[in-house]
Amino acid sequence: MGQLDHRIQIVAIVGAAGLLLFVLEMVRRRRLLERYALIWLFCASVLLGLAIWRDGLARLAETFGIAYAPNALFFVAFAFVLVLLLHFSAAVSRLADQSKVLAQRLALLEERLRDQERRLGAPGAVRRGLDGEPLTIDEDIEPDDDAIEPVGAPRATRR
Amino acid sequence: MTSVRPDSRHLAVVPAFNEAATVGDVIRRIHRDAPEWDVVVVDDGSTDRTAEVAEEAGARVLRLPFNLGIGGAVQAGFVFAREQGYDYLAQVDGDGQHDPGELDKLVAHIQTHPQLDMVCGSRFRADSEHEYLAPISRRTGIHIFAFLLSRFVRQPITDPTSGFRLYNRDAIRLFATDYPHDYPEVEAILMLHHHRLRMEEIPVRMYARGGGVSSISSGKSAYYMVKVLLALFVGLFRRRPVPEPGVGSAVSAETGI
Repeated sequence: MGQLDHRIQIVAIVGAAGLLLFVLEMVRRRRLLERYALIWLFCASVLLGLAIWRDGLARLAETFGIAYAPNALFFVAFAFVLVLLLHFSAAVSRLADQSKVLAQRLALLEERLRDQERRLGAPGAVRRGLDGEPLTIDEDIEPDDDAIEPVGAPRATRR
Repeated sequence: MTSVRPDSRHLAVVPAFNEAATVGDVIRRIHRDAPEWDVVVVDDGSTDRTAEVAEEAGARVLRLPFNLGIGGAVQAGFVFAREQGYDYLAQVDGDGQHDPGELDKLVAHIQTHPQLDMVCGSRFRADSEHEYLAPISRRTGIHIFAFLLSRFVRQPITDPTSGFRLYNRDAIRLFATDYPHDYPEVEAILMLHHHRLRMEEIPVRMYARGGGVSSISSGKSAYYMVKVLLALFVGLFRRRPVPEPGVGSAVSAETGI
């Protein structure tokens, strides 16, 4: 007792290795940003290491006073899950804040555009108006093509 | 009003979420009772004709692409005011609770008290005419916030949830940069205090809602209480830089009670 049974060890190794490969594959397909992949790769590596290196797991269990060594694996995995969840809550908070700013900027720009259109009469005259007139507000809209960021480009080039 | 300087520019921000029934009247009343005020309606992702009604009534409309909540909507108004260089911004709710006829009273007060950065219309000042009655549960919450805030900012606050407020340029700059998210009014008072900006309350009339549904339903009241309390206590331990150096505020914000 206190050691990993061979069957559960095999399951743990296969599971951790599968997770590692899956994360790598997602990064390769650009489905996962490296920023978020790193923490997953770290988790998967540690879990794989503990699954293979039985002595290490036993020693870890002993340090934390866990009687049954495999429970230490669950303990580590659960700790990772908590850290990841917190990490994602923070990421979601940041995204919410950024999308708020984007929504506000969009509303302001649309209002400015409608205001220009009203002043110039026809909607078609807007572009000329932006080029010709100095705008009252510090930041100017450039209707040039190079102002558009090729957002989807990297993904489109690969698969 | 006599004391309103003709050369200063005023912006009334009307946040509206599905208030097509009342927002047109609010705009017309502002045009009638406070004619030197520009009106911008922030349509917070409404699904009804709020934006169209507002435009027909002669207001400029900021259309948010989705619902941000009252904090994000009002902040859009602050950003607008900062970019267009307005001297004063007042928030007037789209549901008809606030009386636009009192806008000039707010301006007169801030101009005769130039040390103030914000003037807040209060329903609960002893000298205000009582026409407004909130449900008892909400009033209890308001009084708890009022009690706590008065201690935090060391000045009497009677109506911390009132949205009927007038801001000067410094306050506009601060809140265009950073405005609380969900239920912003209470936290905003604490932010002003931390940034060494000054505020004062004056008594105003408020009416019952003209239509639509309050953004704070009774079921959400408990959540509202807890969220604002959390924001208040976390806010106490948060250091914020002043919006800009040299505006008479300290370099770093105060902490602690």
